[in-house]
Parts: sequence; structure tokens; C-alpha cells
Amino acid sequence: MTFKWMLMMKKANLCITAFLLVILLAGCGVDSQPPALQPVTEQENGQEEITPQTLTVSAAASLTDVMEEIKGFYEEKTVHTLVMNYGSSGALQQQIEQGAPADVFISAAQRQMDVLQEEGLILAESRVDLLENKVVLIIPVAGDNKEITDFNSLTTDSLKLLAIGEPESVPAGRYAKEVLSSLGIWKKLEEKCVLGKDVRQVLTYVETGNVDAGIVYMTDALTSEKVKIAATAPAGSHTPVTYPAAIVRGTSVLQVAEDFMAYLQSNEVAEIFERHGFTFIAGR
Amino acid sequence: MDMSPLWISLKTALAATAVAFILGITVAKAVSAYQGKLRSLLDGILILPLVLPPTVVGFLLLVLFGRSGPLGQLLALLGTTVIFTWSATVIASAVVAFPLIYRTALGAFEQVDPDLLDAARTMGVPERTIFARITVPLAWPGIAAGTILAFARALGEFGATLMLAGNIPGKTQTIPLAIFFLVESGQRARAVIWVLVIIVISLVAITGLQYWTNHQYQAHAPRAKEGKYGSLS
Repeated sequence: MTFKWMLMMKKANLCITAFLLVILLAGCGVDSQPPALQPVTEQENGQEEITPQTLTVSAAASLTDVMEEIKGFYEEKTVHTLVMNYGSSGALQQQIEQGAPADVFISAAQRQMDVLQEEGLILAESRVDLLENKVVLIIPVAGDNKEITDFNSLTTDSLKLLAIGEPESVPAGRYAKEVLSSLGIWKKLEEKCVLGKDVRQVLTYVETGNVDAGIVYMTDALTSEKVKIAATAPAGSHTPVTYPAAIVRGTSVLQVAEDFMAYLQSNEVAEIFERHGFTFIAGR
Repeated sequence: MDMSPLWISLKTALAATAVAFILGITVAKAVSAYQGKLRSLLDGILILPLVLPPTVVGFLLLVLFGRSGPLGQLLALLGTTVIFTWSATVIASAVVAFPLIYRTALGAFEQVDPDLLDAARTMGVPERTIFARITVPLAWPGIAAGTILAFARALGEFGATLMLAGNIPGKTQTIPLAIFFLVESGQRARAVIWVLVIIVISLVAITGLQYWTNHQYQAHAPRAKEGKYGSLS
């Protein structure tokens, strides 16, 4: 609620010319827009003055670190401001359904994007599979548990608690459940599972040693020195982890959103994603 | 439909209210006897869990009880842990419910006519008996109101519970946690059921409180005033 308000206030504070331009742009169809990378300019009065816009990006929690880096580069390159909204993909989907002012949505799973597309809340033609991630088993470095070496060893008695994302709302949790189910150990582990509200919480649970192991994405595991990757989920044990991105329908800054989407698929950004442990798959 | 959140919530709220009741009354008695300089500060600290954001309470509890926290390590030496267990839901709820009992009990104790207590003292009634037979009965409406509010607060605890007890279905998943995760995963219909359940329980508790305190106030307080303690000696 507060967040929504902040954004509304910000938008209200933009100068009137920018606001008019925004309405003009929102009125245009996607196809009529040039696939340009240059920032929005005030075309009516012929000046080449760039109008700074605020673009709200709702991104899955697992993208936090890499998106912060990309945000820095993007804001340096253009005059626009990115407002990042991180959360579990499920929560972000709900927010968009409730009319939260998001302009671009990057989900950690296809399901949330599928639902939004069916409901007509995203611009289907802007949707693109951006990234791929791996699912890994992590243990706290401090605990030094030598018994947990791979997914099958999770059934050991020395494992008291396993943290995973909540399977219904957190994609990382659903992949974790898929992996455990495909190995036939889900039923055994179910009641030892602490269900995190997003993947970052799972990571924190493991970092602090409050659980014995956790299942997160490769990229999350790489961000922390307090956790150790015990195993990578075997190929085929879960559906591929792909991150789709799309523009939210009804965005008031369509051209900036398109510009940002194009930027996300550029080689410049690919390098940043790869450095954070993602596999960059846009346009490949 | 899995009913475990209901039982976990009720068990947690009852246990937390019991813990907060005993602690709240004991501490309120101690504070009402203390008139030193630090009283306002002490009072403030004891009420803090009520006004702090639950996430802050949860964080502090996590720091205390986590595996690397002082209490957590102490408990580990004893071969036990509270984090991500049912006990953690009770601790989280009891901590946020405590100020409600403490504050109402303190207020109620201070409104008891000191002449009545002195009268009992002149008859040689031991302090402990005075507290149990005069102070508590006279303060009872206030204490009861605080207890019901504490129960309702314990039942609704979410933030600190999620941080300290985690979300383990069938073990630490209370109704508020169940609602949060059902809404997150878009299962609105099921969330609505739990929302209604918790509204009904809270409403019953609060309206019950209104009737009960009215009744108690009429039945109990005058009787104590009219010389019931006279029979003590």
C-alpha cells in the first residue's frame, strides 16, 4: 500500500509535459513504436531535451543482486530511473493482478507469466525467455556437515531441517519439490521442510545455520560465502528454470519499458548475467 | 482441507496466553511495588513488544534464539533448539501478547484502594494472601480484559512467528501464516475460509470479553469491597 502510494506520489510530481507525453505514448500500439534504443525525447516542441522517466521493474527475488548491478549501468547510460520491486514471483504476479504500477515483470518461472498472459495483463509480443538457472543443494559452511553430499543423502538422520521455498508460491520451492519427488524422497522429507516465503529467505536460513540444508538457485548460492554448494540437481530432475520477462499492459512509460527490454537482451547485459551464474538465453 | 493451522493456532494462542498471563501478572506486581527513578524506562521497555513492528520483535528473537545467538547456543548445549519448532510459535506470540496483560494488570493493581490493603495488614494478613485475596479479585476485570486481548493478539501473530518459527505445515503453520501463503499462491477461496475462521474466533473472544467483564465487575468487585476479607483473620 505504502509502496503504491510512493509511486503514485512520484508520478504525480513529474512535470506536466512529461505526463502528457506519457499519455500519448501509452495510447500508441506496440507495433507502431520504433524499436529504438534512444531515450524518450520531447518531440512536440522540437527540442532534443530528454525527459527523465521512472520505470518500475518487478523482478523475482533471485535477481536482486544482478538487477542492482544492471540498474546502475542502465541509469548511468540513460536519464531514466529504475525503481526495483523484488519479491517472490507469486507475490509480484498478485501485485500486478491487483493493479500495482509495474512496467516490466521478470519472473523466475513461466507459470506466473503464463497466468498474467492469459489474463491479458502483459504484452504477449514483448515476452521473452531471458535467463536460465540451476537448482543446487546448499549447506552452511560453519556447520561442516559431512554427511550431506548429494540430494539422496538428505534422508540422513543428521538432517533435522531442510529449507525450501513454499512450493505453491515460490518457483524455487516448486523446483525443489520436483527434484525431491523425482528422486523419490519428497514424502520422507516433507515434514522436515521449512517453507520460505522467497528464495532469499531460504538462503538466509542456511547462512545462519538455523537449518541443516536448503535448496536454492545456483545464482543465490554464489552470492554467499557462508554457504557451500553440496550438489547440483541432476539434469531432467526438474523442469528447466527459465526466467521470462515482459512488459506489463497499460504501462504509462511504454517506450522506456521497450528500451529497457532491449537493453536486457543486449550483449552488454549478457556478460553481467553470466558473471552472476545465470545462463543467458535471450535470442539464442 | 488440512485443518492443522486451526489446532496449531489455538494451541499456540492458549499456551502463549498462559505464559504471558503468569509473566504479566508477576512483572506487573513487581513494577507496581517499585517507585524508583527508572520506572518509566522500565515500563517502556516492557511495553515495547506491543508497539514495535513484529518483524523487529522477530529479528531480535532470532538473534537471541538462533543457532549462533546466546540463548540458542545455551539451548544447544542442553541438546535442544527452539528455532523452527512449535515452541518458537509460542515464544513469538507470548512476547507480543505480554505487554497487553502486563499493562492492564499494572493499571488495575494501581487502582486498588490502598486503604483496603492497609486494613488487611492491620489484621495481620500476610502480603501474599493480601495479593491473592484482595488485590487480584479487585483488579480482576482489568486482568481479564488484558488476558482476552492478549489471546486475540497471540492468535493473530504473524511477523515474529514467521521469522522465529518458520513455515512448516503441520508443525508451525498457524492460521495467519496459512492465509499469507494461500494468498501468495493465488488460492483465494481457501484463504477466505481461514480469514472467516479467524474473524469468528476473534469476534467471539472480544464480545465474550464485553459480557464477561460487565458481569464480573458487578458480581465480583463489590463483594470484595463489602468485607469479604474480614473473614480472613
